[in-house]
Amino acid sequence: MDSGRLYLAVGVGGFRRYATYRAATAAGIFTNTVFGLILVYTYTALWDERPQLGGYDLAQAVTYVWVGQSLFKTLANGGGGVEGELMERIRTGDIAVDLYRPADLQLWWLAADLGRSSFELLARGVPPFVLGALMFDLALPTDAMTWLAFLVAVVLAMLVSFGIRYLVALSAFWLLDGTGVAQMVMFVGWFCSGMILPLNVFPGLLGEVVRALPWSALLQAPADVLLGEADPLGTYAFQALWAVLLLAAGRLVQGMATRRVVVQGG
Amino acid sequence: MISAMWIRSTMAYRASFVMTTLGNFTATAFDFVAILLMFSRVDALGGYALPEIAFLYGLSSVAFGLADLGLGSMERLGRRVRDGTLDTLLVRPAPVLAQMAADQFGLRRLGRVTQGTMVLVYALATVDIDWTPLKLLLMPVMILSGAGIFGAVFVAGAAFQFVAKDASEVQNAFTYGGTTLLQYPPTVFATELVRGVTFVLPLSFVNWLPGTYVLGRPIPLGLPEWVAFVSPLVAVACCAPAGLAWRAGLRSYRSTGS
Repeated sequence: MDSGRLYLAVGVGGFRRYATYRAATAAGIFTNTVFGLILVYTYTALWDERPQLGGYDLAQAVTYVWVGQSLFKTLANGGGGVEGELMERIRTGDIAVDLYRPADLQLWWLAADLGRSSFELLARGVPPFVLGALMFDLALPTDAMTWLAFLVAVVLAMLVSFGIRYLVALSAFWLLDGTGVAQMVMFVGWFCSGMILPLNVFPGLLGEVVRALPWSALLQAPADVLLGEADPLGTYAFQALWAVLLLAAGRLVQGMATRRVVVQGG
Repeated sequence: MISAMWIRSTMAYRASFVMTTLGNFTATAFDFVAILLMFSRVDALGGYALPEIAFLYGLSSVAFGLADLGLGSMERLGRRVRDGTLDTLLVRPAPVLAQMAADQFGLRRLGRVTQGTMVLVYALATVDIDWTPLKLLLMPVMILSGAGIFGAVFVAGAAFQFVAKDASEVQNAFTYGGTTLLQYPPTVFATELVRGVTFVLPLSFVNWLPGTYVLGRPIPLGLPEWVAFVSPLVAVACCAPAGLAWRAGLRSYRSTGS
């Protein structure tokens, strides 16, 4: 079978699977909107004290909030997506079935996760953003090129996000119960991707460190492209570098894990 | 007893237990680190200084942490309804609510209470309050009532899941969203929003109304001073309908499957 078509089918499957949970999607939109509202008010208080904080004006800061809420599930900044499922398969031993498939383990899960994130971008990303734009003055670009550049950055962010979560999931080969690691990485990811506070507001050395970490590719990078605060090409290079590094590391660890695989219960 | 069973079972994966407890601690710690970072750039937020915000933050975190420790696993109800495992609880000779609360009882949730307590201790050490016996008495009352109010939200959210089976995320907006909201001063938010969480979903009674009284700050919405003392009544008034909703939900439950 044509392997490109296989992975496309897996991706479409991932998309359609998440599309079945309509109430969950509606619930998610509601929750993202509520959190967006809380953040908008706190940012407004913050930018009232210090206009131009982190190089953003108030409208840009508010736009940043809604970009964050829209991409939260798409990029799984705080973990989630296929990683939980993969860990569960490792714990129960079902992973043995996956290893028998005539498909590459990493590409298979990447395709499924890209399908999932495309669905969440459309269904859970767009509505809170539109609601935010209706309620507040946002700093949105007027030219189509910037929007396109933003979308490219989002796709690269999807690859980085998968790269991180795949490594987290593979840790279950050694730890059996990977929830602890997943949770730790979840909070680091939440904080270091700039979900609570934009990374350019972080002071001094701390700011430089968090901006160099892979998580900054998840929200800060696409947001800055949309807000016209970053050069798209430089941003892409940064994101692509992390994507390649993480995916290569995933491949390496996968090789190590499958050589020593101990299938539970059998 | 069921809680003890779950505690034993989580101990089976000890490394993971340590990490999830630390994770819970870190989760909430990051929230507060974000506030500290904000204060590295500004001196006040909504007119409140850092120790005052830490005071509100600590109160909200501890109250929410206690409710989460007891009832946080209620959010799993939707899943149990979907996969039919709720039936197991129905045939056991113990209240379903208690069993649900004990389900996957997470001792790791102590991480949140610990972190909230630490921030509260820091706040009490640095904040400038004119202590009176009345204000001292209000402290434990406020925390326990707050836990009661959040607990009611958890139970009501679970009851809602009998209707909307896979919409457990709505609950997060009110639980996690609620505690995040209360961690900032009421002056930050639009008046309509403050009105909403005072008169519709009375989260204000967890810390905003009693807390501003203790701090000697103007009480939100120009309400009279005595509202600082009605939190226990509000907690009871919240728990009653939440309990009724839970019973109605449980009664309407139809098992999945054959």
